[in-house]
Amino acid sequence: MTSSDKIRRQDGFAGKGDDFYEALLAAHQGLDDKQSAALNARLVLLLANHIGSLPVLREALALARAGVRSGEQGSDAGIGTASKNENKQR
Amino acid sequence: MAHLIRQKPAYDDAVPATEAIPPQMARYEYMHFPYVEPPELGGAAAKRRPVIVVGAGPVGLTAAIDLALHDVAVLVLDESDVVSVGSRAICWAKRTLEIWDRLGVAERMLAKGVTWNLGRVYHRDQELYSFNLAPEGGHKMPAFINLQQYYVEEFLIARASELANRIELRWKNKVTGISSGAGGVELEVETPGGRYRLEADWVIAADGGRSSIRGMLGLPFPGEVFEERFLIADVHMQAEFPNERWFWFEPTFHRGESALLHRQPDDIFRLDFQLGPSADPELERRPERVLPRIRAVVGETPFELEWSSVYAFRCARMDRFVHGRVIFAGDSAHLVSPFGARGGNGGIQDADNLCWKLASVLNGEARASLLDSYDEERGRGADENILNSTRTTNFMTPKTAAERLFRDSILALARGFPFARSLVNAGRLSKPCSLEALSLQSDDDQELGGAMVPGAPCADAPIVDAGGRPGWLLEHLGGNFTLLVLADTPAEIPDSFALAGIEPAPGLCVVSRNGLQGCKNPMLLDPEGLVHARYGGAGAVYLVRPDQHVAARFRGFDAAAIHRALLRACGNAA
Repeated sequence: MTSSDKIRRQDGFAGKGDDFYEALLAAHQGLDDKQSAALNARLVLLLANHIGSLPVLREALALARAGVRSGEQGSDAGIGTASKNENKQR
Repeated sequence: MAHLIRQKPAYDDAVPATEAIPPQMARYEYMHFPYVEPPELGGAAAKRRPVIVVGAGPVGLTAAIDLALHDVAVLVLDESDVVSVGSRAICWAKRTLEIWDRLGVAERMLAKGVTWNLGRVYHRDQELYSFNLAPEGGHKMPAFINLQQYYVEEFLIARASELANRIELRWKNKVTGISSGAGGVELEVETPGGRYRLEADWVIAADGGRSSIRGMLGLPFPGEVFEERFLIADVHMQAEFPNERWFWFEPTFHRGESALLHRQPDDIFRLDFQLGPSADPELERRPERVLPRIRAVVGETPFELEWSSVYAFRCARMDRFVHGRVIFAGDSAHLVSPFGARGGNGGIQDADNLCWKLASVLNGEARASLLDSYDEERGRGADENILNSTRTTNFMTPKTAAERLFRDSILALARGFPFARSLVNAGRLSKPCSLEALSLQSDDDQELGGAMVPGAPCADAPIVDAGGRPGWLLEHLGGNFTLLVLADTPAEIPDSFALAGIEPAPGLCVVSRNGLQGCKNPMLLDPEGLVHARYGGAGAVYLVRPDQHVAARFRGFDAAAIHRALLRACGNAA
């Protein structure tokens, strides 16, 4: 495996992370939960195609899923936490 | 004064600020500055003032001192007779300290303040990461000090008193009317002894977020109100706690989104609790609500509550900061949320940017249009500060399920993945604004490379002066225009004939790595080579503005190019 077959863990935004995050939230503005989920799914597919490397994508999928399912170290802040906090907000 | 506008100030601050718990303030002794009856009340003719500053807060006082050091006489009016009640702004950034050092007041701030460079970010009870705001050595000033606003104002007032031949401070003098025309400004002032009128060439309105000057002139202050409420509490306690900024997302000790802990001098700690948008300010400011929240953080440590306040905030800015002969600076011109310490530090940069320009206009060295560049340059600063503090607020207060999902996912990934840490936004702390590519700056000489491009604030570095004393580069820059020349051979030093025609004559600051022979100018040595490393090496020539920003830079000395750059930096370009 070459280095390009490993997922990047360091900051790849070159100082533009806050700009990206603002654009991400802006893309979701005005959408309901179902529409937001649809946007996320399309986004994943677009970016996956752009990355192209199957080893990288498999690693990303495994890392993302591990965090969501483990429910430990406070690292479960995926769907479950979101809905819990949603209740707190209302 | 037929056109004098007199009305109740239109406080357009939409946020219902609550009163603080009656301040106990056991540790800070508030001195009341004496009200002295203005001579104008006794019938003395009001002499026209070059500059009147309204508001003796950190920004107004900094401006008064800067102007006085430029030989401009200043009258400062303040409606109160004490320094800031409550600690309010506490974080003062490196650039602010450098400005205050130029004004001769940084040493006392540093001596009293708590120096800190490190921030830690927690999620629940686990540390996600820490960040050092001063990653490189060789700078005189630290990344930040924490110092209560009442101390800052006290020290600035003490400095202003040393310049009493140029600065007059009038307490309990409240501006109740203003009329601004092409030729000057008229003010009506209310005092315990009655009302009187003043005239000035220029007025600097540094009278805070609820600026009554702005209200009386009917100028809009558009912005965005945030619904989230916060409890801020200053607590006195003897506690082992490092000089660091600690920030928690979803803290375990507080049923809320975030909390912040910060040390101030005198064993006082700043605590900040995010309460949510539905918190009732009247309820939340009661001691029976405040004290348990503090107890949950400090545990068994005995503490006393010094000061507290429940607040919401808004981001806002005036479209323009210069309105005829009335110039707005600090919170009166722009408001930000407190996260990132961008309010006070932004305001000090306003004063730094404004005063040399105003002095040049008053001295006849520059046209009044030079002040347009204050609008342009500090407008950029205000936009940058509002953008950053708004982003922090949005990260701290997710408004939809989608926003919360992404925010929480970033926090979840942050411990294991460096990239996610760069997305965690617990405050983007104040950095000096770059004035790159704005009107006063000349085009860059690309060949030089590095960070000191035209518009950048000059980086500091250690030097040894002509008398053999160790010091700092920034102590030799600013106040007036300066040519910074890096020279290791005599050929690289500009001869005085070449400089003769350049007006206004810039100072000359030659820095060499070796003991250059035959240099007639006082020369600085660069013992660690850091000036050369940070400024592009021998042969580099920088035109530095009075506010220590680079106006232009060149490889090699070219009198004609320097003259052009100087004219441009003074707003006098052909």
